[in-house]
Amino acid sequence: MSEKIDARGLSCPQPVILVKKAMEKMERGILEVLVDTATSRENISRLARSAGYQVTVEEKEGDFFLKLVKE
Amino acid sequence: MPYCTSFFASRMGIILAGIFIGVFAPILQKLGNPANMGICVACMERDIAGALGLHRTEVVQYLRPEIMGFVLGSLIAALTFKEFKARTGSAPIIRFFLGFFAMVGALVFLGCPWRTLLRIAGGDGNAILGLAGLAVGIWIGVSFMRAGYNLGRSSPAGLAVGWIMPFLMVVFLLLAIFKPQFAPGGPIFISTKGPGAAHAPLAISLLIGLGVGFLAQRTRFCTMGAIRDVILMRDFHLFSGIFALVVAALITNLILGQFHPGFTNQPIAHDHHLWNFLGMALAGLAFALAGGCPGRQLILSGEGDGDAAIFVLGMIVGAGFAHNFAMASSPKGPGSFGPAAVVIGLIFCVVVGWAMRERSKI
Repeated sequence: MSEKIDARGLSCPQPVILVKKAMEKMERGILEVLVDTATSRENISRLARSAGYQVTVEEKEGDFFLKLVKE
Repeated sequence: MPYCTSFFASRMGIILAGIFIGVFAPILQKLGNPANMGICVACMERDIAGALGLHRTEVVQYLRPEIMGFVLGSLIAALTFKEFKARTGSAPIIRFFLGFFAMVGALVFLGCPWRTLLRIAGGDGNAILGLAGLAVGIWIGVSFMRAGYNLGRSSPAGLAVGWIMPFLMVVFLLLAIFKPQFAPGGPIFISTKGPGAAHAPLAISLLIGLGVGFLAQRTRFCTMGAIRDVILMRDFHLFSGIFALVVAALITNLILGQFHPGFTNQPIAHDHHLWNFLGMALAGLAFALAGGCPGRQLILSGEGDGDAAIFVLGMIVGAGFAHNFAMASSPKGPGSFGPAAVVIGLIFCVVVGWAMRERSKI
């Protein structure tokens, strides 16, 4: 299962809420999240690691692309 | 992630920010700032409003350099770490009025969330009611978030949008340094008695403000966020920062002889428990709906967030109205129209929280 979330432009804590809701819907799989602030990058990374996801972050033209994987 | 970035994002980073504020706020008090008010974003913005003549309460008029320091320190951090991003467009008019009513609530209690913690660390029992109100207000805000509340997306904007607030702070700083008088009997006003006349030397206030601004930008320190994250996600990351603040401030106050436990005769405080509670409930709800405490809003405005800048301007205008329309409290208790203003503010926030449930637009 995989899901893509575009959380750019949303203020704190909306990006985290969106990711958390997506995590609750899936037991394992891949979540691809796009955010535009370092704060959201850090908050989502922290949430994902605490929920047992592996996190990789790539910066693309000022936005951050986070790949959250739980196998 | 570079090491220093990951350090500031870590638990140790947020604790360091809390300790820095907790140590230097009481030191600012020792160096001249008002009692239990080494740092208070709401009170200091209120003093700035007074210095500009937006209200004429003579005892609270001073261009507080700490506020300029917070924004400019954040700007320096954001530029250094390439995080400065001009952005705006997320319901700015609503954010203005959230800032307005947040200030009204804070001035009924007499303090922002930072001062709430500093008052507790100074022994002021009345601040416990304020903290409880703050938590309840944030809990109501979280309930709206769970129901789909959202102010909509901001968009990238021209650089000028992000630079206006730092530029304004430089102008305030120049006014604070040169103290020009624009008309006989007119601004810039500077209190000669009362809390407005109590201040640390300008350079020290500015330097500590810059340090706080820099650290708060790097660590995303936020008092409202700390309580919100515990309620919403059982996440104690930000909470460890405010816990560190209280412990550090308590220890520093004990060392400096500034800890005076009790409920009566506390400095720049009143003991009307209901309005201490409800004032901060209003402020907490407004902060939650706007996504950050007043300190955090200043920090965001320094890294290019035009919507946070609007919230700050709402707070400064709100301070003017709060004093001009007898809504702000004094040590004697709430102003004549303070309770009514809190009720109106709570109604406004509940309507906004309900009306802005736009799940389909996320």
